[in-house]
Amino acid sequence: MTPLRISIVGVVASALLILIVLELIRGRRLKERYALLWLATGAVLLVLSAWRDALNTIAGWLGVTGYPPAVLFAVATLFTLLVLLHYSTVLSKLTDENVELAQRIALLEERFTRGEFSDEDTSS
Amino acid sequence: MLEALGRIVAIVPAYDEAGVIGRVVDEIRSFDAAIDVVVVDDASTDETASIAQSHGAVVLRLPHNVGIGGAVQTGFKFALAEGYDTAVRLDGDGQHDASELGKLLAPLDRDEADLVIGSRFVDPGGTYRPPLARRIGIRVFARLVSTLTGHRVTDTTSGFLALDRVGIQLFAAEYPHDYPEVEATLVALKSGLRLAQVQVEMRERETGSSSITFVRSLYYVVKVMLALLVASLRRYPRLESARR
Repeated sequence: MTPLRISIVGVVASALLILIVLELIRGRRLKERYALLWLATGAVLLVLSAWRDALNTIAGWLGVTGYPPAVLFAVATLFTLLVLLHYSTVLSKLTDENVELAQRIALLEERFTRGEFSDEDTSS
Repeated sequence: MLEALGRIVAIVPAYDEAGVIGRVVDEIRSFDAAIDVVVVDDASTDETASIAQSHGAVVLRLPHNVGIGGAVQTGFKFALAEGYDTAVRLDGDGQHDASELGKLLAPLDRDEADLVIGSRFVDPGGTYRPPLARRIGIRVFARLVSTLTGHRVTDTTSGFLALDRVGIQLFAAEYPHDYPEVEATLVALKSGLRLAQVQVEMRERETGSSSITFVRSLYYVVKVMLALLVASLRRYPRLESARR
C-alpha cells in the first residue's frame, strides 16, 4: 500500500511542476509547443500520486509487490527520457536551420560587398 | 472608394501552392491594381516563389519552414517597415475570394474597426458547412474567445482579415507562430482593438491540403486551448485605436 505521506508529497510536487510550467508560458519564457510534454508529465504524476488505488493496481500489474511508489519514480523517469528525446530532435532541427541561416547570410553578404545592390539603392 | 485607406498591402502566406498562387495574385490585382501583393513563401519545395514573382508580387522567401503564423507575421513586419496604412491577409491556396475584399475593407474605410475578420458564420444562412468535427471545434473556440473577452466572436479560425495601422503594429510585434488565428483574435481584443466581422463565403481548397490534418488536430486543439488559457491570464498594453 502507498503511504499517505508519499501521496501528498507527490501531489504537491506535480502540482508545483504544472504551475511553474504555466507561469513560464505566461511570462513567454516557454512556448506552448515545448510545454505540452511537461504538462502531460505533471498531469500523469498528479493522477498517480493522488489516486493511490490506481498506483497500487499498476504496481500489481508490473509485479512491483514490495513498494508501489517505485512506480512513480519509474513513470517520472520515463517521461523525463521522453522530454529529453524530444529536445534532441528539436535541437537537431535547430542545428540544420542555423546552418542554413549562416549560409544564406554568407551568400547575401558576398553579393552585398560585391555591390550588387548599390544600383537599386541609388535609383530608387 | 478606398482612398481613406492609404497604401494597401495584401499579405499572402504560401507553402507549395504553385498550382494556384498565380491566380491568387492575379485576382487581388484585378480587384484593385493599387494594392501591393506580398507573397510570403514559407520555404516551398515547388515553384511558388518564381510564379508569384512573375505575376507581379513581391516575394519574401523564408530560408526554412517557419509555419503559417511565422510566415504571416513576416508580412506584417514588412507592412510595418514599409509604412503601409492598411493590410489584408489572404491564404495562398485560393480559398479566400479576392472579390470579397471590398466587404472586408469597408469597416476600415468608415473607421469603425482596427481589425476586420471575414467570418463564415455571421449570417446563419451562410453556405459553409464544414465536417462535423471541425464545425464543433470552430464553435467551441468562438464560444471560448467570446467568454474570455466579452465580445461575441463568430469565427476565430478564419485567416481572411484586414487591419489598419494599429492592427499591423500589434501583429508585427505579437503573433503566435503555429495555428495563430484563435489566439491572435484574443490578443487583439485584449489589446483594445476594435473588431468587426463581415460575412464572407470561402471556396473549397483546390490543390494542396489543409494545414490541419487529422493527425495534427489533437495537437492543434490542445495547443490552442493552452494558449488561450495562458493568454487570458496575461496583461496586454492597450493600444490607441487609429484616428484619422
